[in-house]
Amino acid sequence: MSAAASKGATPDAAELRSRTQELLAAHPVAGTDRVDFLKARFDAGLAWVHYPVGLGGLGAPRSLQAVVDAELEAAGAPDNDPRRIGIGLGMAAPTILGFGTEEQKSRFLRPLWVGEEVWCQLFSEPGAGSDLAALGTRAVRDGDDWVVNGQKVWTSSAHLARWAILIARTDPDAPKHRGITYFICDMTDPGVEVRPLRQITGEAEFNEVFLTDVRIPDAHRLGEVGDGWRVAQTTLMNERVSIGGMRIPREGGMIGPVSKTWRERPDLRTHDLHQRLLTLWVEAEVARLTGERLRQQLVAGQPGPEGSGMKLAFARLNQEISGLEVELLGEEGLLYEDWTMRRPELVDFTGRDAGYRYLRSKGNSIEGGTSEVLLNIVAERVLGLPSEPRTDKDVAWKDLAR
Amino acid sequence: MSAPDLLYSEEEEALRAAVRDLLTDLCDAPGVIARTESDRPHDPELWKALSDGMGLAGLLVPEALGGQGATHREVAVVVEELGRAVAPVPYLTSAVVATEALLACGSDEAAELLTALASGRTIGALAVALSAGPGAPYKSVRHENGTLRGELTGIADAVAADVLLVPAEDGGLYAVDAGADGVTVTPQVSLDLTRPVAKVTFDGAPARLLTPDATPAVRRALRAGAGLLVSEQLGLADWCLTETVRYLKERKQFNRPVGGFQALKHRLAALWQEVVGTRAAARNAADALATGSTDADVAVAVAQAYAAPVAVHAAEEAVQLHGGIGMTWEHPAHLYLKRAKADSIAYGTAGAHREALAGLVDLQAP
Repeated sequence: MSAAASKGATPDAAELRSRTQELLAAHPVAGTDRVDFLKARFDAGLAWVHYPVGLGGLGAPRSLQAVVDAELEAAGAPDNDPRRIGIGLGMAAPTILGFGTEEQKSRFLRPLWVGEEVWCQLFSEPGAGSDLAALGTRAVRDGDDWVVNGQKVWTSSAHLARWAILIARTDPDAPKHRGITYFICDMTDPGVEVRPLRQITGEAEFNEVFLTDVRIPDAHRLGEVGDGWRVAQTTLMNERVSIGGMRIPREGGMIGPVSKTWRERPDLRTHDLHQRLLTLWVEAEVARLTGERLRQQLVAGQPGPEGSGMKLAFARLNQEISGLEVELLGEEGLLYEDWTMRRPELVDFTGRDAGYRYLRSKGNSIEGGTSEVLLNIVAERVLGLPSEPRTDKDVAWKDLAR
Repeated sequence: MSAPDLLYSEEEEALRAAVRDLLTDLCDAPGVIARTESDRPHDPELWKALSDGMGLAGLLVPEALGGQGATHREVAVVVEELGRAVAPVPYLTSAVVATEALLACGSDEAAELLTALASGRTIGALAVALSAGPGAPYKSVRHENGTLRGELTGIADAVAADVLLVPAEDGGLYAVDAGADGVTVTPQVSLDLTRPVAKVTFDGAPARLLTPDATPAVRRALRAGAGLLVSEQLGLADWCLTETVRYLKERKQFNRPVGGFQALKHRLAALWQEVVGTRAAARNAADALATGSTDADVAVAVAQAYAAPVAVHAAEEAVQLHGGIGMTWEHPAHLYLKRAKADSIAYGTAGAHREALAGLVDLQAP
């Protein structure tokens, strides 16, 4: 360990650069197995530098991660394929870090980051979507265990996952926000049944998960009994942070494919489509600039409320642009690439054909918070308008209308 | 192309605060409404405070010519605040558009006028209709033996101008003193009484040549006008949103604040998003103009195509969501509606800017 870290000082960019070079020297990219390299990187505190020492980090500012990533990329080092393990990295890990016991942190974070163990999220239910706190999956204490019964839905990666973050009702007599507890669920438990949920695109990105007498040791509880809603806020807040933080080039999103088609296919052009395309192109470019401005605010340490609106704009534009693209294609717009039921590991909203993009983008205004709920959030938290009248806050969960 | 700086610097925020303070003191809504019906639609006291007092008329003029040698980024902040107050001063027309035209001329005559405009004691107006966008055709007058003959309409702030910059049929751009023999400025009854347009008639008016090639000067002036008008539209829209939200928290019907009804909350949240987008687009355009970026044409066209409808939408929502009071002459909402609607035509409509964009980003018409 270098002098700076042993003294407990926060490492700076130069320190991180030299530690990264030390890692590369000790584990040459050419001769090291991918997973072994990732484990060594985790142990060197270079996985997520803002995490604590011993848990893959060095207690450094989060913004300095870019320094490490750039060094490793330049050296051609393997990464942990973050898109494949997005739920673990973006949602499970910050929650375990924030609320987990020391045993939980040291057991779960390393294989999570390395990608040896995939995570999924068991939150939404058929009867609890926008009103997540109304969830009805029950967890009943039985000795050192909890016994869980219920149904979860819209679970991506459930068929690949080793672990799940789960919220379940432990006290039906309490008002709905207060009777929930947060658990880590073993997806190999015999009571866990995963069924693909086929969607309008023909494929199944998501699953339904049926939980029948699933046993979870109390040692796998995250946070206090009854405090699960508060714990879940950490998870959901991190979900929103991970949306909209990226820098994209002009025409980098959904407007890219339709602009390309427009340029390559003069035979398809009409005046009406031209006007609509230009209008959407302008809106897409302004959304991109808005995201870039938000990013600059974050870098400057002045986060604004602008992020709340990014997903709204993203969803609406994806839908309108892909809809225009199908129309532009005319006779070809009557076709669809392939309806075969598949289970894609990665999802690219701007991938496949125009018909797929059109259909998949319908989910953008539903997943991760519906546009209607997000408009309420902007109106109440940003503009300070009065909240919706509530009749459900102080009533025992078991007495709510269902 | 380096990444544009889309934030406001500390200095820019300080400038904003100073301008806003001044406007709070000197430019309240009842005063603006009263002035629109007087025979002096512009506010000379406010103009003096902005120019003489704060030196803002000379922001774009180099220090060597008596200006501040600042950039479009600072000007954008001033324009945004003037928009927020619908201030009746010829700032955009004189300190931006006429100044930019003169900056493109490069003649001694132009340099002399720049010094005069920078002081604010002389007000200039480019004699091109307010509706003309960058690159669009515009009317000119006849030049004969050092004098001009002809008529131009839709000239913004001409009634306040001391000097007119006039394109002639021989291709030149000429300076004409507004008070000279042979010049008649006739106010037109304008939709936006805070930036009135006028008819200007030249009947043998003495003219001084600024440049023999008016085209690039006019184009540059109108591009800066369009690009900075976005910041004015941002100021207008932000006022409309802020004031409407404030009012709807206070106004009660059906025993509830009206702002608690979801139908209205969603409309205001959607409007907030549009204002946020306008801010990013306005900063991008101002930064591109300030740095002389090769992307400036695209940045201006994108920003103007986006911001013009947003300002109109914001003002229309302000009128509607204020209910009956929003329809009265007494309430200032109509000042914003009229300015926003006139702005949607000024320096080219959104449609004209989209058309320009089609060529700039290679999305050609059928």
